[in-house]
Amino acid sequence: MRVVLEARPRPSHVAIWTAPLVATLATLCVGFVVFEAFGKNPLAAFDAFFVAPIANLYGIAELLLKASPLMLIATGLAIGYRANVWNIGAEGQLTLGAITGGTLALVFGDAWPAAALLPAMFIAGAVGGMLWAAIPAFLRTRFNANEILTSLMLVYVATLFLSWLVHGPLRDPQGYNFPQSKLFGDNAMLPILLPQTRLNASFALALAIVGVAWLFVRRHIVGFEMRVAGLSAGAATYAGISWRRTIWLGMLAGGACAGLAGVGEAAGPIGQLLPSMSPGYGFAAIIVAFVGRLHPLGIALASLLMSLLYLGGESAQVNLALPSAVTGLFQGTLLFFLLAADVLVNYRPRMVASAS
Amino acid sequence: MADSSSPAPRLSLRGITKRYPGVLANDGIDLDVAPGEIHAVLGENGAGKSTLMKIIYGIVRPDAGVIRWEGEVVHVANAAHARKLGIGMVFQHFSLFETLSVADNIRLALDRGNTRRLAKRIREMSARYGLALEPRRRVHTMSVGERQRVEIVRCLLSQPQLLIMDEPTSVLTPQAVSHLFGTLRRLASEGVSILYISHKLDEIRALCTHATVLRAGRVSGECDPRGESTASLARMMIGGDLPHPVHRAAHPGTPALRVESLDVRADDPFGTTLRAISFDVREGEIFGIAGVSGNGQRELLAALSGERTLARDDAVRLGGTPVGAADAKRRRALGLAFIPEDRLGRGAVPEMTLADNALLTTRNAATLARGWIRARGVRAFTEQTIHAYDVKASGPLAPARSLSGGNLQKFIVGREIGQHPKVLIAAQPTWGVDVGATAQIRQALIDLRDRRVAVLVVSEELDELFEICDRLAVLFHGRLSPAKPIRETSAEEVGLLMAGATPAHAAPRVLVDQQ
Repeated sequence: MRVVLEARPRPSHVAIWTAPLVATLATLCVGFVVFEAFGKNPLAAFDAFFVAPIANLYGIAELLLKASPLMLIATGLAIGYRANVWNIGAEGQLTLGAITGGTLALVFGDAWPAAALLPAMFIAGAVGGMLWAAIPAFLRTRFNANEILTSLMLVYVATLFLSWLVHGPLRDPQGYNFPQSKLFGDNAMLPILLPQTRLNASFALALAIVGVAWLFVRRHIVGFEMRVAGLSAGAATYAGISWRRTIWLGMLAGGACAGLAGVGEAAGPIGQLLPSMSPGYGFAAIIVAFVGRLHPLGIALASLLMSLLYLGGESAQVNLALPSAVTGLFQGTLLFFLLAADVLVNYRPRMVASAS
Repeated sequence: MADSSSPAPRLSLRGITKRYPGVLANDGIDLDVAPGEIHAVLGENGAGKSTLMKIIYGIVRPDAGVIRWEGEVVHVANAAHARKLGIGMVFQHFSLFETLSVADNIRLALDRGNTRRLAKRIREMSARYGLALEPRRRVHTMSVGERQRVEIVRCLLSQPQLLIMDEPTSVLTPQAVSHLFGTLRRLASEGVSILYISHKLDEIRALCTHATVLRAGRVSGECDPRGESTASLARMMIGGDLPHPVHRAAHPGTPALRVESLDVRADDPFGTTLRAISFDVREGEIFGIAGVSGNGQRELLAALSGERTLARDDAVRLGGTPVGAADAKRRRALGLAFIPEDRLGRGAVPEMTLADNALLTTRNAATLARGWIRARGVRAFTEQTIHAYDVKASGPLAPARSLSGGNLQKFIVGREIGQHPKVLIAAQPTWGVDVGATAQIRQALIDLRDRRVAVLVVSEELDELFEICDRLAVLFHGRLSPAKPIRETSAEEVGLLMAGATPAHAAPRVLVDQQ
């Protein structure tokens, strides 16, 4: 006997939307085994991982705070992914956004009022992210270089560039030689939405961008054309949809959103430039985009889940003395189960006699 | 009605029933095929022919009914099982891997053999049946007609006892059709049974010895087609009389589409390079381009539609405006509409709804406002197209791939005509489409001509070209013969040009050897 996968004639809508839930449950089961293997009581561990972090208002604010960059980046990436434009370098684009927006804050922080400075920082951040995304877009449209590779490699260039900046030109002279910039002034910091928490205006911005992206994809002809390009290259050429424009738009949308998220981090919870501006939000957002089915509502929910994994991972480090890698382990497990569930949505396993 | 003296049937179906959500595709169908019989299965699109054939070939499982093969009850598990039994099938929609070569595609189906020996057998087989094929060529570079040859040769190589042919002649030249008929008769005389699915009533009368007619999933009649007239067969099939296109004399005006010494280099080693192609299509006429596919149709159509842009802007003109360097969207804005030969994946996005597919090319004030989609306008246009062209679909939200080939084609034709074009290009407009829809599509093209639109039809079907065209030219090896008014030429002459005779003296003596 062996198992073959046969394509289902039409995957059911219920299956498409329950697959992420099934994947989440399977991830929890694996978590159970992992906690057991570490000699922790699984129930206590689950409590520390998934319940304790959001048991109070501050925790919920943290959940939303960490969900904001994920939501923002995943929304931008999804626009490209739907058109088969594979931007894997959001982490680098986020870094560039933090650099451009942050530099603006450091240079004009004292001269400009917040009402002018903050929008200018966001614009600078979006432009920075787009510039970084423009490199793979140019290489793809001009030389047909694979954007998966080029965008990914540029992440490391961006990280090293930031590292050089905070070790060199942007280093705080009063910072005891630590590789970090000056703290941003108050007028360069995002307003707090909930008093006594760190939840700031970038959450509202993320929600707004999700809404705008939804309108763009569903209601605008360019969003429609990008969906066509992703579904059928032949039909796109037939309809005169430029593949170059599709690649440029797909890359730039991801770059702009990642750049905004970079500013949100720099001018939000961090408040200065550090050698690392994100705990891997740019990569985690790829998972968020797919767990959310590239759909705005799905992405919003998936970003909450991923944010919870971040918080749970921190909490598990503090309360259970588990290694920090546990966050990455849960992210990877979730993506693995989601992809597996996707296969089963589209294919049905069947036992066949291995006669021939 | 089977003759009592005939031998035991090779294949016997009893009470085959298959229900899909919302439609009873097959409803208690009985069918017997004797050894050496060429048995026609006739019916309009959606009559259940394809479902029935897929059941025999093991792709679809029936909900009820019994299949007997050589007297034994069988449950055909899958296509491999069917092939093992000795059933071969040539599909209407091809099942070829586009990135593989002809030989590799065939080897995959045969499950054995080394490529070089197989290539030799393919060459032998294609020479024997006049189905020119290059085994090393990759399928994605081939036209629809060439792909069909691969399917036919692939099937014949496995030496089936029952050969199912789903509309095999729709893309062949008249000479190749009679060649194929010779092949099929020879196979039948060797004892091979043939199930021949078609809606070409003349062909069925010439070839088949028995016919089963399906209508709405049921057997609506059985007969010996040799004793029937085309009209009586049609009546059995559609339950009424066949509509005939009305063709009035043309009054052509100024050229709306002008092509001047167009050269296009083939972009792959097995493509066809176009050389010095010049013609024009005037408003109020239908200009036909005949030719076996693979002679440059693909390249010519891409150059005309703007899917491939040209270095020389003045090689193609639309209403006097040079558009050679313009992309498809700009040419559309100048009044060009295009019906491509591939429906799924080019003319329509399979996963998208009909409404979304309408929006693919319908860009006007009703559907768009400053780039924002007016869903209501798109829906209205879609409903109107579905209604006007009698498209059988559950509604504007039906995915394109849920439609049968003929219905999707009607939708695409309707959509393109709905653009109110000045120039319409149609490639194989009725390929694989049933008689009723074919007549409807041809009539729509003629009506368009009468509304002073310039229509270019690229087709392999001579019947079609002679029925609707006003002038005709032939594409062979990337060169276009001089255009002739339809009354000054004949199917024989065009057939010879399609096979490579030089136009100056289209006599058989100067046939360029193609074999």
